[in-house]
Amino acid sequence: MSLDKATVKNIAFLARIRVPEEDLEPLAGELNNILDWVEQLGEVDTEGVEPMASVSNVTLPLREDAVTGGGQTEKVLANAPEAEKGFYTVPKVVE
Amino acid sequence: MSDLNKLTIAQARDGLTKGDFTSVELTEACLSSMSAKKELNAFITETPEIALERAEASDERRATGNTASAMDGVPVAIKDLFCTEGVLTTAASHILDGYTPVYESSVSDNLRNDGAVMLGKANLDEFAMGSANVTSFYGNVINPWKAEDGKDLVPGGSSGGSAAAVSGDLCLAATGTDTGGSIRQPASFCGIVGLKPTYGRCSRWGIVAFASSLDQAGPMTKTVRDAAIMLQSMAGHDPKDSTSAPVELPDFEAALTGEVKGLRVGIPKEYRVEGMPAEIEKLWRQGAEWLKDSGAEIVDISLPHTKYALPAYYIVAPAEASANLARYDGVRYGLRVDGESIDDMYMNTRGEGFGKEVQRRVMIGTYVLSAGYYDAYYRKAQQIRTLIAKDFTDAYDQVDVILTPTAPSAAFPVGENQDDPLAMYLNDVFTVPASLAGIPGISVPAGLSENGLPLGLQLLGKSFDEETVLRAAGVMETAAAFSAKPGL
Repeated sequence: MSLDKATVKNIAFLARIRVPEEDLEPLAGELNNILDWVEQLGEVDTEGVEPMASVSNVTLPLREDAVTGGGQTEKVLANAPEAEKGFYTVPKVVE
Repeated sequence: MSDLNKLTIAQARDGLTKGDFTSVELTEACLSSMSAKKELNAFITETPEIALERAEASDERRATGNTASAMDGVPVAIKDLFCTEGVLTTAASHILDGYTPVYESSVSDNLRNDGAVMLGKANLDEFAMGSANVTSFYGNVINPWKAEDGKDLVPGGSSGGSAAAVSGDLCLAATGTDTGGSIRQPASFCGIVGLKPTYGRCSRWGIVAFASSLDQAGPMTKTVRDAAIMLQSMAGHDPKDSTSAPVELPDFEAALTGEVKGLRVGIPKEYRVEGMPAEIEKLWRQGAEWLKDSGAEIVDISLPHTKYALPAYYIVAPAEASANLARYDGVRYGLRVDGESIDDMYMNTRGEGFGKEVQRRVMIGTYVLSAGYYDAYYRKAQQIRTLIAKDFTDAYDQVDVILTPTAPSAAFPVGENQDDPLAMYLNDVFTVPASLAGIPGISVPAGLSENGLPLGLQLLGKSFDEETVLRAAGVMETAAAFSAKPGL
């Protein structure tokens, strides 16, 4: 399966990355090269093989249900490009 | 005493203990070496004030008999992927412009608490995605080793700044991170030791995430002994990382007995890849001879799914990266490029803030996780990962460690492989399988190529058996007696 320009444009939107119109075609070529190459995985019979999400077979630990932080608004916002009155600010979302 | 920057950690520890020199003198030697070798571009941020302050504090501790550890007073570079409190942390990306963490990563905090002196933040490939350190927003790192014609060579990647800094004696040691080979491959290219511990050995907390099921921090050092000493400080269980292993740390330096009698060393036939240079094959055989001469038993083994590790990795790692890098939204930290709507702002920020390779990987990851393709790509790759891990488990029924080359070539000129992502990915063909399986691996400088460039050999071990890996590596290091230094 080969990605066309329109599909690449959609992937770029899903990933929220602005890709200039003239770069879509070459990018489709690059992504197709990579996808063609990974197609070789199809040669391997994986019927009934469990997928591995993590190498650590330990059960994820639960922490005590207690407040551990909070009250750090200033620290949390310290690196925000724009913040106001203790909040992050973003372009208007609701009309 | 001159040339203190050229010391190993073990030598520095002994000299500091004996009072031959102070941590301040040691640190000053490194700082002046850093100034003299700026052209390597090994650092994104230098922190001389912090370094001298911590060196002074170390000397004071020593004067009062309160030395914290073997790392106390030892000047190190910290890969700029570790968050450092109050110090710019960039991941070599434009999108983290101006980001100054308000906290310290667990690994760098461990080093700091043990008295290590931070010299600065080492350059790397953007978000640790690369094998040549040519994707950094802050420019390429140059390998201290030069081609015969004097051409600049890449240091490998992604921990290229760390490797160049250690190799060029800008520091005594450095932290690295390894997702698919990012510690071991640059170590091989720069003629130093690089150890990727078992997944879960070092905490990932506070390390800028690339692929969370693979990322692992480790030491990059001048000797195997130094790797053991530094790992001791970096490693340990951390409740803040749920995948950090709640296991006791052994004494890693004590594992260096110099003895491998009866050790079973596996040679996997699948690592004889097509087109591998004869000199690498020869060095690999030489490595096996060295271990055999020291009393180890060489066993031919098979890791049948090796060929599929790299393509599986290039599904798993980008998938995880696309999720991890979703956080760079222009809202919470770093760069914001304004737009008319919020989506516009996201797209502008990420379009401008991420470099080409990062964009490519995020998009591949987005695609393989998208509805309709998840099973065909992501699930399939995860199943292959199971098979690769099983290959190793089966092999370790027969052997204790596995010996392979670290990389399929020596360092190559800056600019090579640049326009061909697939050619670049092949650099990690020997390192990626161990990453997928989560097992420990070390690269030890073992010889020089025909062109006089360093080549590493890799030893892989069982999960949480860094001790055997270090022991075998120590013996190989002694036998190789690699003493060549870069011409700078």
